[in-house]
Amino acid sequence: MANSLSPPVLGTETEFGITVRNQGDFNPVTASSLVVNAYRRGRRLRWSMEEETPERDARGDRYAARSRAAMDDFLNAVLGNGARLYVDHAHPEYSTPECLGPRQAALYDKAGEVVLHEAARAAEASIADGRRVGIYKNNSDGKGNSYGAHENYLVSRDVPFGDIVAHLTGFLVSRQIFTGSGKVGAENGRPRVGYQITQRADFFEERVGLETTLKRPIINTRDEPHGDPKRFRRLHVIIGDATRSEIQTYLKLGSTSLLLRALEAGAAGSPLLLSDPVSATWQVSHDTGLTQAVALEDGSTATALALQWEYLERLAGFAGSEEDNDVISVWEEVLQDLERDVMSTADRLDWVAKRRIIEAYRTRDGLAWDDPKLKTLDLQYHDVDPTRGLYDRLVASGRIRRMFTDEEVRAAVNDPPPGTRAYFRGRCVDKYGAALVSANWDSLVFDVGESTLRRVPMMDPLRGTREMVSDLIDESPDAAALLANLGGAE
Amino acid sequence: MKERVRKTTKDEQQADDAELETTDIDTSDVDDLLDEIDEVLEENAEEFVKNYVQKGGE
Repeated sequence: MANSLSPPVLGTETEFGITVRNQGDFNPVTASSLVVNAYRRGRRLRWSMEEETPERDARGDRYAARSRAAMDDFLNAVLGNGARLYVDHAHPEYSTPECLGPRQAALYDKAGEVVLHEAARAAEASIADGRRVGIYKNNSDGKGNSYGAHENYLVSRDVPFGDIVAHLTGFLVSRQIFTGSGKVGAENGRPRVGYQITQRADFFEERVGLETTLKRPIINTRDEPHGDPKRFRRLHVIIGDATRSEIQTYLKLGSTSLLLRALEAGAAGSPLLLSDPVSATWQVSHDTGLTQAVALEDGSTATALALQWEYLERLAGFAGSEEDNDVISVWEEVLQDLERDVMSTADRLDWVAKRRIIEAYRTRDGLAWDDPKLKTLDLQYHDVDPTRGLYDRLVASGRIRRMFTDEEVRAAVNDPPPGTRAYFRGRCVDKYGAALVSANWDSLVFDVGESTLRRVPMMDPLRGTREMVSDLIDESPDAAALLANLGGAE
Repeated sequence: MKERVRKTTKDEQQADDAELETTDIDTSDVDDLLDEIDEVLEENAEEFVKNYVQKGGE
């Protein structure tokens, strides 16, 4: 029986790789700033860190007491679609607005590629001729440096964190067979390999932890709900790859969200515990034939594929909504096809599609695995410029299936999703941008010329929806009127 | 982490490749796409890969 104790609110954050062509000594921070600054469909705003607590640990206070990164000064823009575009470390990063359901989240994730592409083209106008800003939706430079693609799931606070760790670890390790975007070679001291399933697996060194930049954990404990902490936690999943295939992003988010909701409902069954999840992470990723088994704590062994069949079977009975059932059917088809013939999933999975191109080049040109041309193909698969990205070539020639039309993606670039507080944020940026001074996931701060600034709290991700506020916004010609009307409405 | 440049003899290279080669992949479906990709692929692969250095993030 389907059960939905908390609504499936979710989103993604993607750090993009960046280069400036014909300028070997480019500064990635400067380049990222140029890109963020150049984007026209957003509003430069201070991102208020007052309510952010990235150092809070889901396991409790004894793990806390970490120093806060100085993030206040990072260049930041809030977009009319409710998303955030900013410079994080030395990368441009796009965070989707809060979305309802995996289909919508995958759509806004795809919209982020368009945002970055358009921002990069605009940035080129301000730099010397012939220099091209390349933006890559991948997670590794092949030289030991990784940058993240994080998923965020709103989860009921009632689920003990230990249950999340127990149930999710084996799932995240085994789901790599359909979440990977593929990589030439291994990094971070892992065994040599020609090609592997994921960009990220080599970098995971711990089972559970707060870090995201070193000694990366399979389960990240950042406890920063961006909402009422008594009701929600935001599970921050850092082990996934950035994916360009829409179906793959949808499946990644949909299957994970379904497992979390089954956990909330107490319908996930007993956890499948791996003996050594850290080693299993890279072992699964290195096993492109999907034949190697990993050890479980109960003494048995199972392939990643077998583990995924088990999760699918359990969750098929839990799925209730039309979207749940669609996730189940996409999932089942992918597992069946992976089992029958891995290459038959090249129309849905980035790692398989990219591998086929790379193998074709190896055969045609007789290339060794360390030939720079193969690494170039690997990187260029992820170039978000549709005239250059190999993913886009595969889509254009009908070799990779899509879920969304260009019109749907364009609408998601421009407009916020209707069912969350992102609607209020996006509309305010669009209509009252000049009066905004700072923003955060759970608040907006306005300056309407009074002696004090006015802060509008948005602690509930499910308030501020189109249904709740569109009339109010339509009827308020300026920010002062909006605040007055809000005061009356609240 | 610094890029590691590893020099290998041709024999060693072939041995490595044989070891890393696992399956025969049927690529016939994309063979006719390679010419098109050749046209957009970075011209100087070595230079491009060398310059693609990212700082860690997250």
